[in-house]
Amino acid sequence: MIPISLPRTALLAALLAIVLFPLIGATFYVQLGAKIMIMAIFALSLDLLVGHTGLVSLGQAAYFGVAAYVLALISPQYEAANLWLTLPAAMAVAAVAALIIGFLVVRTAGVYFIMVTLAFAQMLYSVFHDTKLGGGSDGIYIYVRPELNIAGFKPLDLENPMQFYYFVLILLAVVYAFLNRVLHAPFGRALAGIRLNEQRMRSIGFPVFSYKLGAFVLAGALAGLAGYLAACQFGFVNPDILAWQQSGVVLMMVILGGMGRLHGAVLGAFSYVLLQEVFSAPALLGAYAKHWQLVMGSLIVMIVLVFPHGIGGFLDIVLRRISYRPPSSARTDGT
Amino acid sequence: MFYLIQLLNAVQYGLLLFLLASGLTLIFGIMGVINLAHGSFYMVGAYLAYWLAKLTGSLWLAIPIGIVIAFAIGLLLETAIFSRLYKRDHLYQVLLTFGLILIFEELRSILFGDEVHGVAIPALLDYSIPLTDTLSYPVYRLFVTAVCLGVAGLLYFVIHKTRIGMMIRAGTSNREMAASLGVNIPLLFALVFAVGMALAAFAGTIAAPISSVFPGMGNQILIICFVVVVIGGIGSINGAMIASLAIGCADTIGKVIAAEYSAIAVYLVMALILLWRPQGIANKA
Repeated sequence: MIPISLPRTALLAALLAIVLFPLIGATFYVQLGAKIMIMAIFALSLDLLVGHTGLVSLGQAAYFGVAAYVLALISPQYEAANLWLTLPAAMAVAAVAALIIGFLVVRTAGVYFIMVTLAFAQMLYSVFHDTKLGGGSDGIYIYVRPELNIAGFKPLDLENPMQFYYFVLILLAVVYAFLNRVLHAPFGRALAGIRLNEQRMRSIGFPVFSYKLGAFVLAGALAGLAGYLAACQFGFVNPDILAWQQSGVVLMMVILGGMGRLHGAVLGAFSYVLLQEVFSAPALLGAYAKHWQLVMGSLIVMIVLVFPHGIGGFLDIVLRRISYRPPSSARTDGT
Repeated sequence: MFYLIQLLNAVQYGLLLFLLASGLTLIFGIMGVINLAHGSFYMVGAYLAYWLAKLTGSLWLAIPIGIVIAFAIGLLLETAIFSRLYKRDHLYQVLLTFGLILIFEELRSILFGDEVHGVAIPALLDYSIPLTDTLSYPVYRLFVTAVCLGVAGLLYFVIHKTRIGMMIRAGTSNREMAASLGVNIPLLFALVFAVGMALAAFAGTIAAPISSVFPGMGNQILIICFVVVVIGGIGSINGAMIASLAIGCADTIGKVIAAEYSAIAVYLVMALILLWRPQGIANKA
């Protein structure tokens, strides 16, 4: 018999809800769901760095945005691009950008790393904002979403919100499973070692620089996947997509969910986007809805001061309290 | 003559950056706090200048009042929020100060709206020195350069020649040791933080007539200040000075040669420095 515990039941219910949701939800909420899952992939990519390798990057939006721009730049204007070509291309360019920048930034540590990742992300922002390469500050429209074409057969139509939702859901599941595998593989264990004690890993003989750079590039490629999907969904890219506020938001998601745990990143993305929707709803806050960032900012400050381990950490404590059973009760009954 | 003007602009911009970066680097060097909201104080200063100049009718009154207000806000923030952050991981400092930026930006939007506002140059300095038939240089920019130099000199004097400066230097190199030798660390921290904020706001007030005041102005300059701190080395005032001037020059040269790429030039300088000396030019690895 499978033991039924509260966390497991909750998890199963949540999974079921995510899978069945598009069948009952209104189109607006299906699209919101897809957006949340795209942000979850983005947050997962950053959690690999922040939570698992101990590298606090404040420039993750750079790779997200670069991939989005790649899709916008190589899409034909009035017909659908081929997803099998454009998606790998976008992820590859994001990975190469992460490799070049990573080569420079990974040699720094701590607070330097934070500032330098931010600065290089801002450099890419200036490239797209100041030059004509990506349409300047106006950005580029993507009129037709890419199509999923396997020798003439199209399993999913990405223009359809429900099918797009499932496409993103599948990719989120793949990324989650992949990262879960990576983190339990020797590579992931080495990253954990680096996070806990870099000196010791180095003295054991691990090429720490290469491991960190590897994690940085992998995170860049996955952020690129999220950026590609975001560009598909919005049909529009402009420099704001790689602005540093975006990097701040995704970092917020990772911490909100509780870093260093993959489901935390997903939970964080979910909570952040929902909070944003609630705070910016005019029905709730009236004229102040357009100043929703004031509420969000205050909330962030409160969370850091009051819940140091994020919502995920807070839930863990609550769940442990609820499902706690005194272990000695059976024995005392028997004697 | 054209190049003289560019050189003057480079120095003026560099010195303005120094006012911001010196506070940032000191706050990091002494308290170990990375403060993303530093740029917001630049914005606070600029908007205070705009508001107070309109209220009092004179920028000369607006500047000192603005500094006092910024100092007070800095002191308040330090006791209420930042003093709880000193022992926390950088990650949480980043997050909390990111939240503060959102708060400052929205308050700015509620109080002053999202338009660009100009601040008038005081009548006393509102003229230009003619250099050739077609080129001239505004006196106000020279004034900003001179004031920044004065503040930099004062900062150098305080840090290297006074008792409080000695405490600051001691705090930077070894916090626990300084505390055990009787330095009142909480008071020193609060003071340094508030002075850093006041410096940033001061930079904002005097830059307001040149750059005008606009949404997001603090974030734009914050990232350039990070570049300065990275190049100069964290905690080093001298490094910050050299790096500020270098960035001022790189930015100006970039603007003259290829305006579209001038923002990128600044980051390329940083990339080169990182390859050569990842700890910054003033710090030994």
